[in-house]
Amino acid sequence: MKYVIQFAIILAICYVGDLIHNYLALPIPGNVLGMVLLLILLLTGILELSMIEDVSNFLLKHLSFFFIPAAVGLITCFTILEGKWTALFIISVVSTFIIAVVTGATVQILMKRRQSLE
Amino acid sequence: MSELISQFLQSPVFGIGISLLTFYAGGLLYKRTGSPLMNPLVLSMLMIIALLLSFHISFDDYNRGGQFISFFLGPATVILAVPLYKKISLLKENVVPIIAGISIGSAAGITSIIVMCKMFGLDELISISMLPKSVTTPIGIEISNQLGGIPSITVAAIVFTGIAGVLLGPMVCKLFRIDDEVAVGIAIGTSSHALGTTKAVELGETEGAMSGLAIGIAGLITVFLAPLLAKLLM
Repeated sequence: MKYVIQFAIILAICYVGDLIHNYLALPIPGNVLGMVLLLILLLTGILELSMIEDVSNFLLKHLSFFFIPAAVGLITCFTILEGKWTALFIISVVSTFIIAVVTGATVQILMKRRQSLE
Repeated sequence: MSELISQFLQSPVFGIGISLLTFYAGGLLYKRTGSPLMNPLVLSMLMIIALLLSFHISFDDYNRGGQFISFFLGPATVILAVPLYKKISLLKENVVPIIAGISIGSAAGITSIIVMCKMFGLDELISISMLPKSVTTPIGIEISNQLGGIPSITVAAIVFTGIAGVLLGPMVCKLFRIDDEVAVGIAIGTSSHALGTTKAVELGETEGAMSGLAIGIAGLITVFLAPLLAKLLM
């Protein structure tokens, strides 16, 4: 029963996220709104972590399983991606490089500056 | 016999069964080798695609079961709040450097993607699908849908990114003299989501925790940045 109730709570939050998305016509995806909503509920203590923790841990542990159909969907993109795989690969790797350097350098510079001010 | 097989292919059991089976096999291979290239999602995807192609089974047949698995993307996105909630205290001590670092880093990343897509002459549909490639998969799929991209291409780019992050992340940090533990963790989590985080955890406790924290925050920040930069630069 515990799992049933936990899953129902998560689904309800999901649905409310969708409702907010649809009614306010926000450019933020409903599921992401659901995520923010859950974070607020947890931070304000309206929802206890224990009320959703077991199902959350189960889903998080097997998270990548739920991406399989989306990944397999790549099969329907073979025609439009023909000859573009190298570009896709290079862009993915180079931008990862750029994000890591810019993010890391920014954090480090700001932390050092603050330390020297103290 | 062929009657039986075609009936089986019409059933959702086929798509769900083949996903479970290949993911299990992929998980075993990953455990054996421990190599980031043996990613269970990648292995499962490759096995299923190979199977569909070699037996001329359509994606729609597979997705009759697959759609039930995809349904869980919603709850999977919502519960990303849980690891973020557990780590939020880490944010409080260094809130300005962390938020500024993730925002500036993600913006630089998205800008570089737009520029490179133009350089390679990729059409807009593919470029848009590439924009959320550094965030965690469920949020990336959502952003891609929202922008009118193809989520499958996004997932492929996200996986490339994750593997690149595992293999290059720590080296890049060393090369550019990023040695602060918080900075290294945030850099890896922001650039290569949960896959990169598996590597950050190996570097140290602070690095791992910070990388985990960065996954959720980078996802949320990219939700706002991707449409904005797409509008400005594309």
